[in-house]
Formats: sequence, structure tokens, C-alpha cells
Amino acid sequence: MPTHATERPCILRLQNISLAFGEGAKVLDNVSLEMRAGETKIILGAAGAGKSVMLKVALGLLKPTEGRIFLFGHDVTDYTENQWYEVRSHIGVLFQEGGLFDSLTIEENVAYPLVNRSSKKPEEVHPQVEEALRFVELGHTLEKFPSELSGGMRRRVGIARAGISDPALLLYDSPTAGLDPITANNIMSLIIQERETRNATSAIVTHRFQDGHIMANFRYNPDSKRLERIPDDSPLRQSTRFVVMRDGQIVFEGSEAELDASTDPYIAKFSMQRSAH
Amino acid sequence: MLDILKSPIVTFQEFILLAGRATANIVRRPFYGSDVILQMDTIGVGSLPITILIGFFSGAVMALQMSRALSQYGATGQVGQITAITLVRELGPVLTALLVAGRNASGIASELGSMKVTEQIDAMRALGTDPIKKLVTPRLIATCFTLPLLTIVADFIGIIGGYLVAVPLLALTTTSQYWNNAWRSLEYNDITQGLFKPLVFAYIIALVGCLYGIRTTGGTQGVGRATTQAVVVASVWIFVCTFLITRIFVNI
Ligand SMILES: Nc1ncnc2c1ncn2[C@@H]1O[C@H](COP(=O)(O)OP(=O)(O)OP(=O)(O)O)[C@@H](O)[C@H]1O
Ligand SMILES: [Mg+2]
Repeated sequence: MPTHATERPCILRLQNISLAFGEGAKVLDNVSLEMRAGETKIILGAAGAGKSVMLKVALGLLKPTEGRIFLFGHDVTDYTENQWYEVRSHIGVLFQEGGLFDSLTIEENVAYPLVNRSSKKPEEVHPQVEEALRFVELGHTLEKFPSELSGGMRRRVGIARAGISDPALLLYDSPTAGLDPITANNIMSLIIQERETRNATSAIVTHRFQDGHIMANFRYNPDSKRLERIPDDSPLRQSTRFVVMRDGQIVFEGSEAELDASTDPYIAKFSMQRSAH
Repeated sequence: MLDILKSPIVTFQEFILLAGRATANIVRRPFYGSDVILQMDTIGVGSLPITILIGFFSGAVMALQMSRALSQYGATGQVGQITAITLVRELGPVLTALLVAGRNASGIASELGSMKVTEQIDAMRALGTDPIKKLVTPRLIATCFTLPLLTIVADFIGIIGGYLVAVPLLALTTTSQYWNNAWRSLEYNDITQGLFKPLVFAYIIALVGCLYGIRTTGGTQGVGRATTQAVVVASVWIFVCTFLITRIFVNI
């Protein structure tokens, strides 16, 4: 592991987390994960591997049965719900099922984190909300309701809402699931822009190995307004790391090259190189 | 044996916990006033037409049924009293509550259930809003406020229904005797009982709906399951509680 990455402050640390629902089997089994500032984690794994549950543990939405959670340098494991609200205000999240409020307009949805936390008036945050929606190319949908948008548009609204309060940590749960390849690539490009403009630490859960490949190999060029390949010797290459989950355990963690080199058939399934053949 | 009992006991525990937290939130900031108004509109105003209809026919049927029994004892003059007492004590509160349970316990459970499966409740918590304060407490306040009012409406319309059967239709008694008889028969105890019950039922309806909604798992199928369960459980508890409350009041 390159030394410069470990010197950065630790944003999120999950330490030996286990979680079971009721009497059932363990959904997370002794999971440990560390995210340092500026790092991008690509979390891969089959359906039901526990990816969403892991993100919800990191957000304090689910309580682990064992293990400890550290966020922004504090042990938050035993925080009360009220203390968690303050911690969560530094985390932006896109939920797998969207999580947009049906009863609110797109504008109100995106403004929600700002209005709710800072008790600002909706009018005060209007320019910021409009800007965020223009960023995801949905500037014309302010007055619409989530049910009036397509799946891909809703996903983009979710991305706008996740980033609106300038969080230090961004969690995206399956941002491209169920979308056609073109829309999916557009969304990944938005996430890359988001990563570069805010310099946030992000975790992306995905089923598509292409998503990880794009995150690891491309960056946004603000001048040409396009994605470009990251040069091979750029330190930026080291900042994207891959995690593969299986049945509640982390079975792989490493760079894209290490992922491509893995001989384990389950892990190799998520490698861009192998799947191409 | 213990395993069979375990799940209802856990559910009951969750119910009590939710009731406690939702009630405590009534006096805690922030208040979601517009949500309360909105819920009062769906629960109260929305249920009004059907309450009137059911209230009317339950009173009419009571008078019709009693007409034969009363004439056997030559006590047809008492029809006002019997209609009023049964309506105010039992039929009004229970029928109204069952109606509202059918309409709103299911409505609440399916609304909150859909919010749960589309992760809107998670999103709420992630964005710093307590779902109990924002979703459960307004529904509880709205139901506690509107159900007693609906019950009073049902009682009153029912007594009118009884009157229409007893006087114009069957000529069992005179207008003034019916109303005098109905009015004077109601004691303080009946009124308290008739208003205490809807308050308890309101707790059951709102909180059972919310609890089953919030506990929903398993996608849209789960929402359907939660909805049916909420109505069944709320209805059963309404009957159990009316028995218990009546038992207490009869002894007083
Ligand atoms: N609220 C819950 N109650 C009970 N079991 C749950 C709950 N949430 C998740 N699970 C179980 O936990 C396991 C992991 O679920 P999770 O949602 O994390 O999977 P995932 O890796 O995100 O899958 P996918 O890629 O399909 O989203 C699954 O077996 C699921 O059935
Ligand atoms: Mg998932």
C-alpha cells in the first residue's frame, strides 16, 4: 500500500462489524473497512452480499450486533439518534431505491437537507438548488414530482440531493442499477465530476464492473468538459480501491490491477479484464 | 409454545415503545402542524360521509329490531332510551372505529409501508428528520382529534335514524317522547365512556397502522401484507378494548 494514502485522515472506519437480523444468519460477518480522505471505494458483490446493509451501518441506520464504527475520527458506535443526526449531516447518500420523498417536488427534495438542517427558508436556498439541478441537467424539473420522472432522472435528482450540503463523505448505493448503458455512463460521469469538484471521499456500490473501471481510470477535465484517461503515473490512480463482498464478508480489497490478477473465480467475475473474454 | 408467543409479545413491546415515543413527541419541537392538518383532512373529513351513512343505518336498525321486543313488554315508549344508550355506549364508538380502521389504518400502513420499501424513511433519518415525529405523531394527533368527533356525529345521526324508524315509520312513540327519553336516559357515565373509547381506539388505529407500515419488509408484496395485517390487528384490538373498557365502566 502506498504510504501517502495511509497518512491522510481516516474518514470512515468499520471495525469487525457483524450484524444479524433477529435470529437469522449473519448478514455482515466480521467486516472491517477503512476509508481515507480523498479515496474512492468501489464496492462489488453479488445480490444479497450485504453491500447496502454495510452502507446503512456506516450511516447509523442499522445498529451492528458487534464491532465499532468510527466516523471523522470519533467512535460513533454508541451514539444516540440525536447525536447521529449531527454526524449524518456530513454524509451525502444516494439510496438504492432512490429515497426521494413522493410528496415533495424535485426542488423541495433537493432543498430538504439544507432547509431541514440549517432552518433556512426555501427561498434562500433556491439558487443553490437550481444550480445543483442544472449540474445534473435537470434544471427544468423543479416543479415536478418524483413520480413524473424517469428512473434515470430520479437517480440524478438523488445525486443532486446527496451532494447539495457539500458533505465530506458520499455514499452511492447502486447508482446505475437498472439503467441502460448510456444513461449509466452519464451517471458515472456525474459522480466523477462530483468527486473532483468537491474532493469528497466516496463509496460506490455497484454491480457493473465498468463503473469501477471508469472511476479508477478517468477524471473530469473542466476545460474540455469531458472525461479523460488518468495518466498511468498519476497518484490519483492509487486513490480508487476495490472491495468485493460475498455472503456478508469482504473477500477482496485492492487496486484494479490486483482485482484483475485475482485467481478466485468469484472475485474474477467482477474484473473488467476477465469479463471481457 | 414459547416460540408462538414470542412474535406477538415482541410486536406488543414495539407497539408500547412507539406509543410512548409518539406521545412524548406531541410536546417536543419541531412541530409539523401542516402534516397534522393534512391528516385531519384525510382521516376526519374523508371519513365523514361514510360515518354518517353507517351511523344512520345502525340507529335505524336498532330501532327496528327493538320495536318487536319492546312491544312484547308494552314498553315501546322506551325506544329512544334504548337507541341512545346502545349507540352512545357501544355501537357509535365501535362502528366508527372499525370504519376508520378499515379506511385509515390500512391507508396509513400502506403509505408508510411504501415509504419504507422505497427507503424514504431511511432517507428521512439520513437527512436529519425523526420519522416518528414527522410521520407517526401527526397521524396520532389527527386520529385522536377526529375520531371522537366522528363518533359524536355517528351517535347523533344514529339517534335521528332511530327516530325516523320509531316515529314516522312505525309510530311506536311520539316525537317529544322519543327525544326526551333519549336525552334523559344518557348519564354522565355513558358520555364519558362514549368519548373515552374513541380516544383509545384512535391510539390503536393510528399506531397499529404506523407500526405495521414502518415494519414493512419485502417490497411491494410486503406493503400489501402490512396493510391487511394492520386492519385485522386494529379491528381485533378495538373489540378487545371495548370489552375491557365496558367491564371497567359497568363496575363504576
Ligand atoms: N431489514 C432487513 N431485515 C431482514 N433481512 C434483511 C434486511 N435488510 C437486508 N436483509 C438481508 O441482508 C442481506 C444483505 O442485504 P443487502 O441489501 O445488503 O444486499 P446487497 O448486497 O445490497 O444486494 P443488492 O445488490 O441486491 O442490493 C440479504 O440477505 C437480505 O435479505
Ligand atoms: Mg443493495
